[in-house]
This record gives sequence, structure tokens and C-alpha cells, in this order.
Amino acid sequence: MALDDRKSGFTFVGTRPDRPDGLDKVTGRAKFGADMSAPGMLHGAILRSPHAHARIVRIDTSKAEAHKYVKAVVTRADFAEVPFKPGLEGEFWNVLENVMAGEKALYDGHAVAAIAATSALAARDAVKLIEVEYEVLPHVTDVDKAMAPDAPVIREGAADYSVPEGVHPNVVRYHESGHGDVEAGFAEADLVIEDSFVTEATHQGYIEPHACLGQLGADGKGELWCTTQGHWIAQKTCAALLGIETSQLRVTASEIGGGFGGKTTVFIEPVALALSRKANRPVKIVMSRSEVFRATGPTASASMDVKIGMKKDGTITAAEGIFRLQGGAFPGAPGDMTAMCAFAPYNLTNVRQVGYDVMANRPKQAAYRAPGAPMGAFAVESVIDELCKKLDLDPIDVRLKNAAHEGTKASYGPTYEQIGLVESLEAAKAHQHYSAPLKPGQGRGISCGFWFNHGGETSVSLALSEDGSAQVMVGTPDIGGSRASMALMAAEVLGIPYENIRVTIADTATLGYNDVSHGSRVTYASGLATIKAAKHAVEKLCERAAAKWGIPVDAVKWENGCAVPSGPNAGDFDPLPLAEITANMGSTGGPISGHFEATPEGAGVSFGIHIVDAEVDPETGKTSVSRYTVIQDAGKAIHPAYVEGQYQGGAAQGIGWALNEEYIYGDDGRLQNSIFLDYRIPVASDLPMIDTVIVEVPNPGHPYGVRGVGETGIVPPLAAIANAVSHAAGVRMRQLPMSPPRILAALKQDG
Amino acid sequence: MDYHSPASFAEASALAANATGTTRFLAGGTDVLVQLRSDLVTPDTLIDIKKIEGVSNIEQNADGSWTLGVAVTGAEMSEHTTLGQDWPGVVEAMDLIGSTQVQGRATLTGNLCNGSPAADSVPAMVAAGVTLTVTGPDGARTVAVEDIPTGPGKTSLAKGEVVSAVHIPARGENGGDAYLRFIPRTEMDIAVVGVGVNLRLDGDTITEARVCLGAVAPTVLLVEDCAKAIIGSTLDDTALEALAEAASAACNPIDDKRGTIAFRTEVAGVLAKRAAKIAYARAKGEKA
Ligand SMILES: Cc1cc2nc3c(=O)[nH]c(=O)nc-3n(C[C@H](O)[C@H](O)[C@H](O)COP(=O)(O)OP(=O)(O)OC[C@H]3O[C@@H](n4cnc5c(N)ncnc54)[C@H](O)[C@@H]3O)c2cc1C
Repeated sequence: MALDDRKSGFTFVGTRPDRPDGLDKVTGRAKFGADMSAPGMLHGAILRSPHAHARIVRIDTSKAEAHKYVKAVVTRADFAEVPFKPGLEGEFWNVLENVMAGEKALYDGHAVAAIAATSALAARDAVKLIEVEYEVLPHVTDVDKAMAPDAPVIREGAADYSVPEGVHPNVVRYHESGHGDVEAGFAEADLVIEDSFVTEATHQGYIEPHACLGQLGADGKGELWCTTQGHWIAQKTCAALLGIETSQLRVTASEIGGGFGGKTTVFIEPVALALSRKANRPVKIVMSRSEVFRATGPTASASMDVKIGMKKDGTITAAEGIFRLQGGAFPGAPGDMTAMCAFAPYNLTNVRQVGYDVMANRPKQAAYRAPGAPMGAFAVESVIDELCKKLDLDPIDVRLKNAAHEGTKASYGPTYEQIGLVESLEAAKAHQHYSAPLKPGQGRGISCGFWFNHGGETSVSLALSEDGSAQVMVGTPDIGGSRASMALMAAEVLGIPYENIRVTIADTATLGYNDVSHGSRVTYASGLATIKAAKHAVEKLCERAAAKWGIPVDAVKWENGCAVPSGPNAGDFDPLPLAEITANMGSTGGPISGHFEATPEGAGVSFGIHIVDAEVDPETGKTSVSRYTVIQDAGKAIHPAYVEGQYQGGAAQGIGWALNEEYIYGDDGRLQNSIFLDYRIPVASDLPMIDTVIVEVPNPGHPYGVRGVGETGIVPPLAAIANAVSHAAGVRMRQLPMSPPRILAALKQDG
Repeated sequence: MDYHSPASFAEASALAANATGTTRFLAGGTDVLVQLRSDLVTPDTLIDIKKIEGVSNIEQNADGSWTLGVAVTGAEMSEHTTLGQDWPGVVEAMDLIGSTQVQGRATLTGNLCNGSPAADSVPAMVAAGVTLTVTGPDGARTVAVEDIPTGPGKTSLAKGEVVSAVHIPARGENGGDAYLRFIPRTEMDIAVVGVGVNLRLDGDTITEARVCLGAVAPTVLLVEDCAKAIIGSTLDDTALEALAEAASAACNPIDDKRGTIAFRTEVAGVLAKRAAKIAYARAKGEKA
């Protein structure tokens, strides 16, 4: 759709101005989720299950209701009686079941009741007055155990049509894809390696806990302020769960202190609204960190088997993978994504991949940057590394030999358009990091990574002001500096300075529908829509100039922020700057705005390569990452500094996931490390400087060539670090995180 | 919750002695307030000892020993040049606690009396032979640091007893101390194993030693066998191996989210060797 207006020379795009929200954020002026208050506001608190799996026999709220500061108590019953939209189905039902337990508490931390009181302290005290009688049921938290024949059934009938007969009911979706004949391929190989890998669930670890302020009246009209990656999905979901009309709930997204996929759904928002409806007062809920860990969406845990055959020259003859992903007590673990991404970097004749979506007694998984892809890459890229080692081949050469390119039939089906994997691998090979000598005790690892990227429903509106400045309304919360990128793209089209453009994240009442800020889609899709909206405004600017000059509109072109007569009229009139047209737009036809609404389909897949040097203390098993380089195709970097930030962020989170982060469950099925002290995300001093290389192979689906960059960066780290650690330690690490006790045990076992 | 800020330890002791329910003293509050906020411990009585005269003083006595007030913070200890020259191990152990913000509040006494087996300053204090003045309803007594912890979250302090001063012995000639801990990250973590070593040399030979392990048993352990393994040696490889073995043998750890029994046992030996080498170098006047 965008090929007609491809552009390659830029004035603003590719520069690195300060972000428009920077000053607000460093001075504390920015308003985050918990920063909103309203007159008469109450504070909510949620009672959570202490059991991993239990039938809720009885809930007695009478003592809490009698508490003098308590104004409302809600349980699941307050959601069931929805007058407007009865009979929730599918994902809405799952979300409702997650935000407030029905017949059973399905995991440690599952919400079972909530109260609203006049102060946060009173709410915290009074919530303890709610009495719940549980009948504790057998539980399971491990993915392999959840699939075993004797595993407790979490919900009968949750599986969809895709699941083959005879599989445990906890397996709720099944995916199988590929092409060629893997058995024949393995027969052609000089070496076949088959291995098994395990990864633990990790949390996105955003610094800002979930927080919201909700108000809902008996008339079904409401307002919601919340920290979210997508306020339209919050609007739609809350409206469905509360039985009100979508348009009657106006949702405003606050500034967001990180999301990484974890804020793409709702948790406390419907609860605040239900409490508000009951109390007839606004209700604010702010999660504690422990609630965030216990009850929001970590990523899935995984158990995987991968088998790859290779010839002596490095050619992959066949590849097969089985990926079992556990995503909590609800359908949704991205086993299909893991399977589809696992072999996507390679041009394979014979490939087969299977993905399982498995339920267990854990919180409902949520997206976490390229959901599902990092685990698969860990398994596949570890096996490729081992093959390279055994066949004495250079790991980048082998990947180059097998790399997918334009025209390759992807492992998951489609045929690639223009992609940048080969260019990225070549940049990795040429990077001085790759040839730098290693010190004794260090190991080097590399890995490829792939992510689809996404387009999604998008609306953008742009309005010009009389003084020639512009405001851009986008509907995708700014989770990575996207306001700067939107302003740069609008500046590029309008020809006015970056500083003269203000980009606002509009609320749901101000703009048409927008999908969530996920799928690395914002700079791509909202960017495309911003460009189109700006062009729409430019058309009108040209019309005004044409009318003024009395020449046909197609004889006016837009250049450097001015209408310019062209063709036969070239040179007849002086260029007319934007500000001169807008100065009297009221009397020349009215306000000038531009709009664009669409579901862009050309997101353009993206690949990255990470190079990691690691050292392992042989006496304690402690790893330190000494050098790290990210090479990734951005298509076109609109604001290179924020592209680099995404690359570095992916690597930093990957280091945490690979080395120390994990959900640790006790035998009782309770989460043992629901604070940052024991859930070990890397601290600044754990990280080396993370070097970045931006490769630019333009995406044909975007006017400026943009590919999303937000997610691919977390796909390669797990494998790249595991490969580095395995070389440094001299033993193959097949389980994440590679915490010191695990590495030390592996070293001991290896003798 | 009742909050008090007494002007003397006698008053603090009396308040505690007469309080009912859960009582906490408030030093830096980096354990007390965190436990309060996270709903772990909600005290009925909170007795702030920071308004008592002299609690922030660091004083060197005529005999070279040190007396520290119970509200002296980690940051104040690190900034005190001569204290750090005498007892680098004690100071570095305290300095490992938390972040810059935590350092501005956290105290040795709070670290000890919170009762965590993993408390960082405690093995270093025990190795150094630190003693405390404890003020109670019946007056004051002197107690060795190793006699305070009795189990996770538990101390030997009786109802109404409050620590009123910390005494660090005189460093004396040819002595050195060191503390090392193992954490999976580089900072902001809880010790999986901690080892404090304090020793004295005559020439190259170790004549006195105290080795204390943290996070490997319900309380810190002052391990005689570790001391025996290196006393009389020049910290040669045989002595180091014997030290490591003795340290590992003394461990009685648990498997938990922070580490396994096998890991803690193994790494206790490793850290004992490494800490002993640092203490030895310091005793010889080398920079380490
Ligand atoms: C972010 C963070 C990081 C941390 N990192 C570490 C770490 O790396 N290593 C580590 O060991 N700890 C760590 N801690 C824990 C804590 O900071 C230390 O234990 C600190 O030394 C406690 O000192 P305080 O003065 O703040 O104690 P407080 O919280 O004031 O008191 C702690 C306990 O001691 C008792 N107490 C205090 N003074 C007296 C007294 N005079 N007499 C009798 N009892 C008394 C109190 O009743 C209470 O039970 C960390 C804490 C935080 C919040």
C-alpha cells in the first residue's frame, strides 16, 4: 500500500533530537498510573488466594462490609449479573475469570474479592476481614508434569479443536507446521544432534506497578485512567466485563513506566470500575510489587526438544522441534509462536515444528517482547552451536550458509519479501567484536533471532494550528520514545521543525480505535498513519494555495514546508509557507487537519544477531558478561537513539532471563520470590556496555522503510549467552536461568 | 501503633519492658519499615532510638579500640578514614548492604538484631570480636556479637533489652580482616554465603584467627576448625585447602530460593580461602 510514496532521502528522519516527554519524566511532572486522584476517591484492595488450586466454598464479606471505612465489597457475583451483555465468551471470559475468580482459585495470588475504603491503609486492613473457605485441590505448576496423565485437570473442556485425541486436558491448543520430509533430511546429514531444553517463566519486570482510577455510574457511563499499552483494549474489555456499552467508557492512558507486553490486558481496571459502580465513588487501585509478580502475566515457561541434522559443510538438512509452553491456568501460552519462530531464520528444505499450549496453576501468562520466540531460539541456536563445535565450523558462516533471504519459503509458511538477515550476519562477522581475542576463561556465543512484527488497527489525526505548528493525536501509548518518532515523521512530511509538533496519546473518546502498543507495531503502523495523516493535511494546504493563486491543485506541490507552483506554473508565485496558509485558514475554508485509519499489513519481519562474551567463575559458577553486541535490521531507524535503546533493552532483559530471573514455586504451589530482592533482574552494574549496530534493509511495506524493532532484541540473548557460557564453562547449559548453583552443579557433574 | 522517641537507653528499655504485643526498635528502619510496608511485621510499639544522645558517634578509645553509637550508618562508617584502616573487613561488610539510599540509614545493630542468618555485617563483626553493651531493666551487660542471634529472626535479647553501644577491639599490630559474600548479582542482593576472616601474623605465620560463616546455618557460625586450619601456617595451599574443608564441613544450610545446600557448602569453602587471602595480605600491610 505504501510503495507509491517510498522515500529514501530525509531531512528529519534519522536525527536524534531529545524526546518530547523527556523533561516531564526527569522532573517528575509526568503523570503515571498512580498519579491521578479524584474528589471523593476511594482506595481499592484485592484479596488473593493463598492456594495454588482450590475450590471456593464460601466467601463471607459481612465483617468487611460492616467496617466503618469500607464503602463497597465485590466478588465474582458482581460481574456475573451484567444486564447489557450477558454470556461472555472466549478471551473476555478468560480475562474475567482471571481478574476475579469464579468457582475455583486457579493460582497463588488469584483475586477472589475486593473492597473499596476511604484510605489505602483502611482498605489494606479491611480486606483481611473477608473470610474465604477453600477446599484445597491438587495443583501442578510444571509444564511437563501438567501434561502427564496423572496431572490434576485445571479446567475440563478448555481445549480447542486443534488438540489431538488422547492428550491431557491441560493441553488446550496444538500447533504443527513445516514442509519437506524431516526423516529423509536427517538421513542425509553427517551429524544429527537432538537435545532437550528448559526455560523458566520470567516477568517483564516493568518498574511501574499496575495502577488505575476508575469511575462508573449507575447510568453505565464511566471514566478510566490507567497505565496500559492499549487503552482501547482496556475499554473494550472493561465494557464487556461490566456489561456496559464500549463507547460509554472513556479510557485515558497515563504515562507508562514500562510494559514490555505485560500491560496489554487488564487486571485491576474492571475491579476498580465494579467497586466504583457499587460505591458510587471513584476508586483507585495500585498493585504492590508482590501482586504484580503473583497475579499479572509473566512469560510462559517451556520444555523443548530440538533435533537438527547438518552436513560437514554446514548445510542444515533437516530440523525438528517440539515446544511445550506453560502459560498459567488459562489458554494462551504461545507454543504456536515459539514453533513458528524457532527455525524462521533459516532456508530449510525439511522442517517440522510442533507447539503445545499447556495450562498449569500459575498466573495467566502475558506477552513479553516477541512472546514465545526467545525460548525456541534458545533451544535451536544452542543445537546449531553444538553442531558447529562438533563439525569445527564458524557459527556465523554456518548461519550465513543457511540464512533465509528474499524468496525463501519460511519455516512457518509464507515466502519472505526483502529481509535483512544476510546483511545483519555480514555486519556481525565484520564487527570487531567477533574477531577480538578472548581472554582465558572467556567464551563467545552468538545467536540469530526472528520476530514477525505486526501492523494492527490504527487511527491517527493531525491538526494544524493558526501559527503553523501541528498537533498529532496517536492512540498507541508511548512505550519506547515513539512520540519522538511520530514527530520526526510528521516533520518530514510537513517540512516544519520537529519542535513545532506536539504528539499526544489521545484518549478513547478522541480518536478511532487503536490496537495495543505491541507487536513492535507503533513506529511502523502509527508512523505510517502519521505520514498518511500529514499527507492528507498537505493535500489541503496545496488546495488552499491553488485557490489563492487561481491555478489547478495538481499544479501545486509541497516542498520544504511550502506550497510551490509546479509544471507549467513553476516560478509564477513565491513559495507559500505552511504558517502563511494556516494563518488565515479560518477564512479560506476552515481548519486544516489530516486523518488516517487503516490496518496496515506490511509490517515486515525482522532479524537480529547478538554476540556475547562471558566469563564463568569455575569455583562459584557465577557468570559475568564482559562484552555484548547487538546487530539488528531496523529497516529504517527513524530516531536511531531510541532504536539503539530498544536493542540494548532487549539484551539487558535477555541477560536477566538467561542468568538469574525465574519464577520459583514451592511444593505448595506458592510463588516464593515475589519481590525484586529474590526475583533477580540485572542491576546496572551487572551489565556491560551493550554495543549496537543498526542494519537498514528497508521494509517495502512502510513509506520510509520502517521495521519494528521492539521485540526482536530479546530473541537472541538467551541462546547467545548460553552459547558463551557453555564455551566458557566447558559444559553445555540446557536449562535457564543459568544461575550459579546450576552452573556449579553442571561443572561438578562434568567432573 | 505507638511511636516513642526516648531520650535515654534506660527510658527505651523501660518502654520496651512495659510494652505489650510486638515491639521494634527503630534504628535505620531499613528492615523495620520494609517489613511494615510489606505486611510482614506490624509493630504495636515502635521505639526510635535515634534521638538518644551520642548514638551517631564514632569514637576511638585510648587503648585503640572503637565505640560506635547504635545509629551510626553504613555511610558514616565508610566515610570514616581511620576506622576503615583499622577494620576494613567490618567496614566493607557494612558497606555491602543495600544501595546508597540504604547506606544512609542502615546500622550494624539493626543488621544484627533483625536476626537474618544472611546479615552481611555479622560474620565480619564476629570475626573481629565485636562486643555490645546491652541495656535492660536491670542495668547494662556486655555481650559478644556471636551470642546475640539464636535463629532466623530470633535473638537472645530479653524483653526490655536494647543494644546501647558497639565495641570494636583495638586492631593491634600485624592484623587484618576481610569479608566476602556470594551473591548472584553484583549488588542489591542477599548473601547466599558470607565469610568474615580476621587474623594476626607473626612474620609470615598466622598466630590468631577467627573465621565466621554467614547464611549457611540458622545463625552465623564462628568456626573453630577453620581457625585451627590456618593458625601456625603461612596460608600455604595446604592450609587453604584445610580451611576450605573445615568451612564446608561446618555448614548446615538449607535449600531455598537463594541457593542449594550443595552450592552453599561448596562456596563457603571457596570464599573462606579468598577472604583469608585478603585478610592475610592486609595483615602484611599490602593493599587488598
Ligand atoms: C534495599 C535493601 C537492601 C538491603 N541489602 C542488604 C544487604 O545487602 N545485606 C544485609 O545484610 N542486609 C540488607 N538489607 C537489610 C537491612 O538494610 C540491614 O539489615 C540493616 O543493617 C538494618 O539496619 P537498620 O538500622 O535499618 O535496622 P532497623 O530496620 O531499624 O531495625 C532492624 C531490627 O533491629 C532491631 N534493632 C534496631 N536497633 C536496635 C537496638 N539498638 N537494640 C535492639 N534491637 C535493635 C529492630 O527492633 C529490628 O528488629 C537491605 C535492606 C534493603 C531495604
